Amino acid sequence: MSLDLLRDLASWTCLLAGGGFCLVGGIGLLRMPDFYTRMHAASVTDTIGAGLVLLGLLFQAGFSLVGAKLLMVGLLIFFTSPTASHALARSALLHGLKPKLAPPEASSKP
Amino acid sequence: MIPHIATRKLSMLRSFSLFLCLFLCWLLLSGMPAPFLLSAGLGSALLVVWFARRIDIVDHEGHPIRLLWPALLSYWPWLLKEIVVSAWQVSRIVLDPKLPISPTLVRLRPSQTTDVGLVIHANSITLTPGTISVKVGREEFLVHALTREGAAGVQRGGEMDKRVSALEKWPEPVR
Repeated sequence: MSLDLLRDLASWTCLLAGGGFCLVGGIGLLRMPDFYTRMHAASVTDTIGAGLVLLGLLFQAGFSLVGAKLLMVGLLIFFTSPTASHALARSALLHGLKPKLAPPEASSKP
Repeated sequence: MIPHIATRKLSMLRSFSLFLCLFLCWLLLSGMPAPFLLSAGLGSALLVVWFARRIDIVDHEGHPIRLLWPALLSYWPWLLKEIVVSAWQVSRIVLDPKLPISPTLVRLRPSQTTDVGLVIHANSITLTPGTISVKVGREEFLVHALTREGAAGVQRGGEMDKRVSALEKWPEPVR
């Protein structure tokens, strides 16, 4: 098995898995009942979804300038995405959007 | 207790490290080692360091170099594992036909004492899928969790709280 094939295999595994997680995040966005729970679904997309896609691209880029730039993109998402999510959730709460909560002690099983 | 010289030395070290980071960013994004571009990058990096020193943001908050190694070697790998595990759990909930969620708001008294530590803790909570820090204060965090189990994991003395506090207390000679 050649090294190129191995690299393509690793890269495509990551890209497809990342795409899959982005899809799951999108499905969650549609299925969840309210704003806050939707944010949880969206965070799957921008943590592991984006992360795996970047990792897959990193396998293709290797130790190159493009690879370094991909790492910088990853670092940027790593620091900015939670800050943006927090700002969004905080302003929603401050503007009086009440989260739909589960009843306190009821079991989640039927 | 701490000689003034040490403070100045650390401040110079911080400025130098900021300069290196900025210039490295320039080099990586430009990728062209032409003399004009190199000197323009050098000039820009120096200018930004000068501005940053003038508005007094080259400190332990603006450029926390002491956190680099403990974060890189110990905290980030653990956080990465947490993100993967909880992303997997949230994905399973999303794809479950019954959508077994139990959204919960939980209050948490963080044990961190510095602002940097509090921000790292709050951001880590938000970064892990299934929990979002909605309100962040020195005394208390308000966290929204997708499930009751997720809410139970967020607490004072929990693993994330402990790890961030350990990271924050990483020895630093001068503030």
